[in-house]
Amino acid sequence: MTAEREIAVGYLARVEGEGAMYLKVEGDQVVDLKFKIFEPPRFFEAFLRGRRFSEAPDITARICGICPVAYQTSACNALESAAGVELGPGLRDLRRLMYCGEWIESHTLHVFFLHAPDFLGYDSAIEMASDHPEKVEMALRLKKIGNQIMTVLGGREIHPINTRVGGFYRVPTRAELQALVPDLEWGLDAAVKTARFVSTFSFPGFERDYEYVALTHPDEYAIQNGRIVSNRGLDVEAAEWDEHFVESHVEWSNALHARRRNGESYHVGPMARYSLNSEQLTPVARSTAAEVGLGATCNNPFQSIVIRAVEIAFACEEALRIIAGYQPPSAPALEVEPRNVTGYGVSEAPRGLLYHRYDIDGDGLITDAHIVPPTSQNQLSIEDDLRAYVPDRLDLSDERLQWELEQAIRCYDPCISCATHFLDLKVDRT
Amino acid sequence: MSRVVIGVGNPTRGDDGAGVAAARRMRPRGLEATAPFQLVEMWEGAQDVVVVDAARSGAPPGTIHRFEVRSHALPTGVLGGSTHAIGVAEVVELARALDRLPDRLMVYGIEVGGLSHGGALSPEVEAAVEAVVAEVGGA
Repeated sequence: MTAEREIAVGYLARVEGEGAMYLKVEGDQVVDLKFKIFEPPRFFEAFLRGRRFSEAPDITARICGICPVAYQTSACNALESAAGVELGPGLRDLRRLMYCGEWIESHTLHVFFLHAPDFLGYDSAIEMASDHPEKVEMALRLKKIGNQIMTVLGGREIHPINTRVGGFYRVPTRAELQALVPDLEWGLDAAVKTARFVSTFSFPGFERDYEYVALTHPDEYAIQNGRIVSNRGLDVEAAEWDEHFVESHVEWSNALHARRRNGESYHVGPMARYSLNSEQLTPVARSTAAEVGLGATCNNPFQSIVIRAVEIAFACEEALRIIAGYQPPSAPALEVEPRNVTGYGVSEAPRGLLYHRYDIDGDGLITDAHIVPPTSQNQLSIEDDLRAYVPDRLDLSDERLQWELEQAIRCYDPCISCATHFLDLKVDRT
Repeated sequence: MSRVVIGVGNPTRGDDGAGVAAARRMRPRGLEATAPFQLVEMWEGAQDVVVVDAARSGAPPGTIHRFEVRSHALPTGVLGGSTHAIGVAEVVELARALDRLPDRLMVYGIEVGGLSHGGALSPEVEAAVEAVVAEVGGA
């Protein structure tokens, strides 16, 4: 073994956005390790200042083409709670249904096109498509079902335009939702097959004792609201986020690093949701998880691909349940008029907890906004994973080690485009 | 069979919106895609398809790249790619692997200048968009 090794990946493939990785090892010690986000910062929080509160869902939806519903939902939650308004069951169900569409679409993209090639030894999904055309065809159809839900509820597939603070501009008819049922039934079956397929992959033997942070709701597998809880006893409201988490800037990343107030990393996303809330999964999703060998919790990040497949099954099943019980609400939206107030909102984006805070003045204008996307929260956990992963694998060739480290990063489905939405631009002049 | 034109890009990112700008000027046959992944679904059933995307090859802004895709693989690293992991070149090759390419597929890449937020098209790219619309729109 050489005394000193360096592995640098200048441009990570198959992640959302522009990122890099650097590792330096001396002997069996990791002396430097960085997960770098170099995509330029995007200043969304600055764009929001001075805009009307009602514009927040549409502006923040532009942060990400993969998870716009998450941004809209966290924004709406913040502004509705600021005004003391709570959606009734009909509107709440529709918001959850639209979110199910986003989970189906986003998870399918990641499972098949971004992460599966790592396990099957392909450089890209294109090569995988030549050898496994039926799997890729299945993935395209599954993804399309997610799109269809978004189209019916959101008005179009990407960057939905039908969401507003307080509800929707227009709510669908029963018939419009019923039309989705055959595809969703097919999708549920396809998702179960997907879970079986990805559970046969070979997973590196690696576990870490994470602090998992996710929303929990008393009545359901939490998606669009709930309390922020962890497996180490955290149990707080969205409004208490700042008391328990802190963000800081590191020079090698254009995305802020979030950590617990005690300085430790934590883990958000499918692994955290599953480990905290798996008992609340829908019946087929639960039995599928058991069938493919998932326990009540999971600490091997490489198995996140299996959990994503289980969550696709859950999202199809939950969408079917909502559609079966759907009665169009009497009004498409409630009146919401926040004034001189701060609003806090959270929801479970496909990649994990998404926190929004808005300060609203007496005219209903946004004076300050704070958005913490899941990838900002997971950056530290990604680095901690890599630091823990490397020492036992120094016998691997540089090429193989690099492959496995990139695969480890992709376990988080990092969305760099989301994470770089914010950086305070400071110019020091002397 | 009439031609379908699909513009790809982000209209809020300056010249990256070149493809979408071209598509909007060719309505109703011009369609917009935010993520390249939508292409496979959008061209389903169409036989004659034109895709217009932003390109970043180092050529002068406003340069128009033309690719006849049925006979040649689309080179990677020319089109702007996507912040969402899979760009037009990857989607085209994925569709080829799955035998889901339209019978006729032309991809136009318009070389970008600036990608500022909220910015309008630069004059060179504006001229290139007009040239592509004139070339494609008449068919």
